[in-house]
Amino acid sequence: MPKYRRAYVNARLLDPESGLDAAGALYTEDGHIKDLGPGLFAEGTPDGVEVVDCGGACLAPGLIDMRVQLRDPGEEHKETIASASRAAASGGLTTMVALPNTIPVIDDVAGVAYIARLARGAKGAKVFTYAAVTRGMAGEQLTEFGMLQEYGAQGFTDGLKAVASAQVMRRALAYARSFDSLIIQHPEEPTLGGGDMNGGELATRLGLSGSPAVAEVILVERDLRLVEITGGRYHVAHVTTAAALEAIAKAKARGLPVTCDTAPHYFTLNENAVGDYRTFAKVSPPLRSEADRQAVEDAVADGTIDAVASDHAPHDQESKRLPFSMAEPGISGLETLLPLSLALYHKGKMTLLEVAARMTSGPAGILGLDIGRLAKGAPADMVLFDPDAPILIDPDSFISRSKNSPFEGHPAQGRVLRTLVDGRTIFRAETSEDALR
Amino acid sequence: MTALDIASSLGYGHRHLLGIEGLKAGEITYLLNLADRYVELNRLSGAKRDVLAGLTVINLFFENSTRTRTSFELAAKRLGANVVNMSVAWSSIKKGETLIDTAMTLNAMHPDVLVVRHPDSGAVKLLSEKVNGAVINAGDGSHEHPTQALLDALTIRRRRGDLAGLQVAICGDIAHSRVARSNIHLLTTMGARVRVIAPPTLLPAQIDCMGVESFYDMREGLKDCDIVMMLRLQSERMQGSYVPSVREYFRFFGLDREKLQAAKDDALVMHPGPMNRGVEIDSELADDLHRSVIREQVEMGVAVRMACLEVLTSGPRGGLGQ
Repeated sequence: MPKYRRAYVNARLLDPESGLDAAGALYTEDGHIKDLGPGLFAEGTPDGVEVVDCGGACLAPGLIDMRVQLRDPGEEHKETIASASRAAASGGLTTMVALPNTIPVIDDVAGVAYIARLARGAKGAKVFTYAAVTRGMAGEQLTEFGMLQEYGAQGFTDGLKAVASAQVMRRALAYARSFDSLIIQHPEEPTLGGGDMNGGELATRLGLSGSPAVAEVILVERDLRLVEITGGRYHVAHVTTAAALEAIAKAKARGLPVTCDTAPHYFTLNENAVGDYRTFAKVSPPLRSEADRQAVEDAVADGTIDAVASDHAPHDQESKRLPFSMAEPGISGLETLLPLSLALYHKGKMTLLEVAARMTSGPAGILGLDIGRLAKGAPADMVLFDPDAPILIDPDSFISRSKNSPFEGHPAQGRVLRTLVDGRTIFRAETSEDALR
Repeated sequence: MTALDIASSLGYGHRHLLGIEGLKAGEITYLLNLADRYVELNRLSGAKRDVLAGLTVINLFFENSTRTRTSFELAAKRLGANVVNMSVAWSSIKKGETLIDTAMTLNAMHPDVLVVRHPDSGAVKLLSEKVNGAVINAGDGSHEHPTQALLDALTIRRRRGDLAGLQVAICGDIAHSRVARSNIHLLTTMGARVRVIAPPTLLPAQIDCMGVESFYDMREGLKDCDIVMMLRLQSERMQGSYVPSVREYFRFFGLDREKLQAAKDDALVMHPGPMNRGVEIDSELADDLHRSVIREQVEMGVAVRMACLEVLTSGPRGGLGQ
């Protein structure tokens, strides 16, 4: 006999994987979804079942954020696994995967085990981690893909550093085939890239070093050639340029095992957000031109971009209140992922189901995780949200330890009402209305 | 009264002088007119004024500079200000106190003007947001060096009468030069036509968006120019990274009499200093008083800085809580 039985009624069910978008109800027993559908509980709910009236709000699989930096271990003043887990919950996320660029770098099984241990104690979203491709992210010696994966590493990436050497990348992609591992690349050719902002007129005016858009496509095209000869599974993190997207679309059309993601800032902002040296708009890779921003938006809509990830990069004031070239790159993004992404729905570029797919079935498919769907037997990882509620983004109200967001005062739509992991409520909006009792 | 005169009679409408970009022609003219008067005053011996009496000017230099700092110091002292020079080795700043801490500390001492030079673009603006006094940008990274552009403009104006309609060539390391950026803004605002001449490795991306024409060839670029501004090439950029060698650079981009022939017969030669003789400019040409106004530029520097200090300290100021 299950301990907890709960019926979510009067919901708009959204399941990108099956294409379900209909008014209906969903039934959970303990940590799992037992039933769902438009006709469920049409005759009323059985006795002994807790009823949650969703008030017509969207009930979707919990969001999966495949790219976050947690700063734990090493920089716990910026974020911890515990604080990020709670922040993620308030953003509607139920699963996130951390980059290994901590201090020390997660490049051995002890590091992966450390994250796993802290993740078990986290009160919010589930936390997984990647491990480094190369030891110390130094770009030279491969890490133990097989063992790291056994301990739970979800894939391999050198974080914000590109794997620069073609030979090392080739070997990583080839070796990854033994374990069907995922190799994730930061798409910036390091000798060309790494400038303070996008190379172009504004960088010239501001006297800042530029990272040109071609630095992205050069590295991506090189890697795609290596994918072709190795067959390794390759994922491009936060794609920002039209040229790289074109290369990726062609590779996909040819059947190469290639996927990619982007972050909301790359389809929401362009390089002008840097304005007068605003370090909160400093990200890596940099915000690009308006033409590139539009291309990223189009690619999210048409599915060339498989996933939208927050690229959460928490930084304290001391890392940002500096001359532009010295400031750390990154945006605290866990709590703005959903509303910023929903803008693509409100603009009419995508359906609600398509937007949800980029943050649920999309990343679940890339990671090979059995989550991100509303289905009988699936874990009850869910988010209840109102896609239309107007909000003004207020970084001061973030649960994340870091408030570095260029979106202060940014008007958006979409509000998370409730987030559940394994049937357990990990977040509930403070001003919960009747629907949320 | 022309429209320009009316505009300039309005004075200068900013709390700080952080850059030339964004200044109106009338504001530039206003500063130059005031500076012009100081040129004459400075030539009288024993000339000392007291418009800054009782005020404190801090010269805060995060980057080595003798010329600019001395020029500002002299300008402030001639106006009767108390001057404090602070040179901060940037390397030690990196280790500890942040720029903002430094700004807050100095602000607590209530200086009336902070003259700031910093190796990072945008750093002076960042600092200006945290202090009550007026801030003058004495050079920030590759961004702007507004008083240099003003002194260059004053030098040209005194020789040629007007900036409008002149053809000016700026030659050398445009990519890393704050002097080039400030001069481009000022000259184009005042109606001069600007060319930049450099090897493509020293031209920044989309420089044409700033309203200039770019050339890779000195003779072509200098053709019929009224003014030739040379820029300093930093030594670390000479050895293979941006240009292959000093001798190759001088051969194709160094200013000598032969290349200068392409310009107008009475073209003026300028350089912000310090010069690399035999790298970007022929030594003898630099000393030719008929062509080179390099020493005059230094003189104008003091007058221009006096004008800026006076303008920023007259009227209600930030110290009063703006």
